[in-house]
Amino acid sequence: MFRRKYIPIFITVGLFALIFALGSFRYTGFFSTQVLFNLLIDNAFLLIVAIGMTFVIVSGGIDLSVGSMVALTTMLSASLLQEGLSPALVIPFVLLAGFLFGAGMGAVIHYFNIQPFIVTLAGMFLARGLCYVISINTITINDKFYQSIALTKIYLGDSFISISVILALATLLLAVYLAHYTRFGRNTYAVGGNEQSALLMGLPVARTKVLIYGFSGFCSAMGGVVFTFYMLSGYGLHAVGLELDAIAAVVIGGALLTGGVGYVVGTFFGVMIQGVIQTIITFEGTLSSWWTKIVIGMLLFLFIVLQRVLGARAGSSQTR
Amino acid sequence: MGENRPILQMSGIHKRFPGVIALNNVDFRMYPGEVHALMGENGAGKSTLIKVLTGVYAIDGGTVDLDGAPITVGSPLEAQEHGISTVYQEVNLCPNLTVAENIFIGREPRRFGKIQWKELNRRAERLLAERLNLNIDVTRTLDSYSVAIQQLVAIARALNVSAKVLILDEPTSSLDQGEVQELFAVMRKLKEQGLGILFVTHFLDQVYEITDRITVLRNGELVGEFMTKELPRMDLVLHMIGKDLELLADLPASDFGQAGEASGETFLKVTGLGRQGSIEPFDFMIQRGEVVGFAGLLGSGRTEAARLLFGADRADQGQWQAAGGGKVDSPRQAIRRGIAFCSENRKTEGIIEDLTIRENIILAMQAHRGWFKSIPRKRQEAIADEYIETLNINPPNPEQLIKNLSGGNQQKVLLARWLLMEPNLLILDEPTRGIDVGAKAEIQKLVLALAKKGMAVLFISSEMEEVLRVSDRIVVLRDRQIVRQMTGEDIHHHNVMQAIAGEN
Repeated sequence: MFRRKYIPIFITVGLFALIFALGSFRYTGFFSTQVLFNLLIDNAFLLIVAIGMTFVIVSGGIDLSVGSMVALTTMLSASLLQEGLSPALVIPFVLLAGFLFGAGMGAVIHYFNIQPFIVTLAGMFLARGLCYVISINTITINDKFYQSIALTKIYLGDSFISISVILALATLLLAVYLAHYTRFGRNTYAVGGNEQSALLMGLPVARTKVLIYGFSGFCSAMGGVVFTFYMLSGYGLHAVGLELDAIAAVVIGGALLTGGVGYVVGTFFGVMIQGVIQTIITFEGTLSSWWTKIVIGMLLFLFIVLQRVLGARAGSSQTR
Repeated sequence: MGENRPILQMSGIHKRFPGVIALNNVDFRMYPGEVHALMGENGAGKSTLIKVLTGVYAIDGGTVDLDGAPITVGSPLEAQEHGISTVYQEVNLCPNLTVAENIFIGREPRRFGKIQWKELNRRAERLLAERLNLNIDVTRTLDSYSVAIQQLVAIARALNVSAKVLILDEPTSSLDQGEVQELFAVMRKLKEQGLGILFVTHFLDQVYEITDRITVLRNGELVGEFMTKELPRMDLVLHMIGKDLELLADLPASDFGQAGEASGETFLKVTGLGRQGSIEPFDFMIQRGEVVGFAGLLGSGRTEAARLLFGADRADQGQWQAAGGGKVDSPRQAIRRGIAFCSENRKTEGIIEDLTIRENIILAMQAHRGWFKSIPRKRQEAIADEYIETLNINPPNPEQLIKNLSGGNQQKVLLARWLLMEPNLLILDEPTRGIDVGAKAEIQKLVLALAKKGMAVLFISSEMEEVLRVSDRIVVLRDRQIVRQMTGEDIHHHNVMQAIAGEN
């Protein structure tokens, strides 16, 4: 069944395939499962964060605090582990903290009727600042459990993935289920479509909004945990600007910033596109890594314009 | 329809707002299996009654019985749980979700928390087909369908909550003729199924086509409940407007002497001008020095026609012949041609509350000159003083903030703003609404004086006496059409009433 609403997602998937094919033709050794798997390994934390962001954007909001929340999670984890706490306590604790932080922002957004932009901007400064309260220096992690997770390679044939990739893909599947097969997910789409109508239809708008930001906070804490596995350190300057990468991934994945439209699967490919561009630039060798940002910037423009064009056409076909 | 027990009985309803009694001892009842029209002009209390019934407002006094048992309704959600559902003119659904989801969201069939999509779609299809005779693809998003279908989906959602009473609040305002018939077919079907339908509309033809019973409100009071078949249109209009024919006849037809000699020089002429969903194509012309009155009930298309003439809405068909050029496409162009428009929404589209009288008066002129050529302060003051004197604006202090003025004086300031532009055609939409009798008479006199000076004036008002008094020619609108034009001897309250009611 072909539907107009799936066009952006097809374009995203097609674009990923195209860029990957281009890279494969141009560079020897590019076309391999390991390059593909590396995309997942290097972007696992971004994927998890972007999944939470997808729900926020579909509901018509924005969450700028996710990058800082990742940094705070690395700091909290590292300092608690340094104190000698067990990872079995540390990880649930930081995940809960992330959820509560997000839900708190959601509650402020809903009950005081303040723009999500400004509330999560405050949350962003708050979380980043808290990092430096814990320490202004890098705290390295010597915990055995963290180190073994970081070093574990799971072989699939000749190529391998990390435990972080499993976590990210599990989050992806959970999010797809949440978005399409639960009331929470459908209410998220309804709120994004028309919040006033959702209220009049008797949907629990307040609970949904608080949960959306709570889920985003949870995802950024989860992303933080994965990032800690990746870096094996806590530092206040980790993941600076990550929120913008996450937003870019969601938009390239076909979500509308006005809310109501977007897919978790689209976000997955949005992250993969960013990753593959980075990989190409690494393979090229001579280009500065800032070229990634330039290409992402152009892609963002392209997608925003595309959505506007598709949206306008859908609008005109409706008024007979 | 059985004269058995009413499904809904509201007795002695009172609702007070600060300074206003919105509903005073109103009774309303509805039987199952009937379509009941609620009629009344602006401010009659229709929407307040509906809002009280659906729990948007709390009741100050009176009782509501549903199915013989007293109920209290605290919120729209509670009303829905009692089986009272409302479908508004602007559809309150989510355009990005599928049709099926819009019907069921919040009550999706689930198994272990997992939404059963197949089941949901199947139920939606069955509901639409069986109860509304509507066969559409329920898995497409709502915004891929027309407003008419969206409204039917909204009704389906209401029905799914096991509605006993369905309130349709001006559902036909944005539908075309064919779509209205589709909606009526659905309403008839639902009626047979024993639902009580409360139908609010401004279209008299539709009331007589579909309803069984009519309740008329006026100024927050119950005028009466009538069987549609037994109530002639003329009587209905009289009940709504609240004037006896005899009383109108006694009216001194020309208090001030008829204005005028139309100059014979056509200023504006349009043929077949129209806009889909807003007003049917009409012909209209106005001469310099002529006052033309638009008469008709609320929602008859008076304002819509005027907005087309001013270019505030774009006409989708029709020919123009204006003095000094053809089409008027935008308000800017209209102003350049010398057409001025005083909107009926004085508060939201006219005055700027926090500016002074002087600033409000010079606003249009300043905009016309461009913001970089500011009008010298001396000149501004001279202009303000001049108009305060000629229009008798009170208090006569140009630096007074306009929000401190009475409605009548605010209206005069607005008039001054447009008069300053020396328009050739002045369109006044409800210029006397909500102002006292003395101020009304002054504005009416002013209109006549302007016409004598050669200005063409288009005068729109709900008050028939007023239209009769100032107009050289009266154009009557009904159900978005110009149905009659009368001049000279023909102008008579009886003729106007007949045209409004649609009786020949």
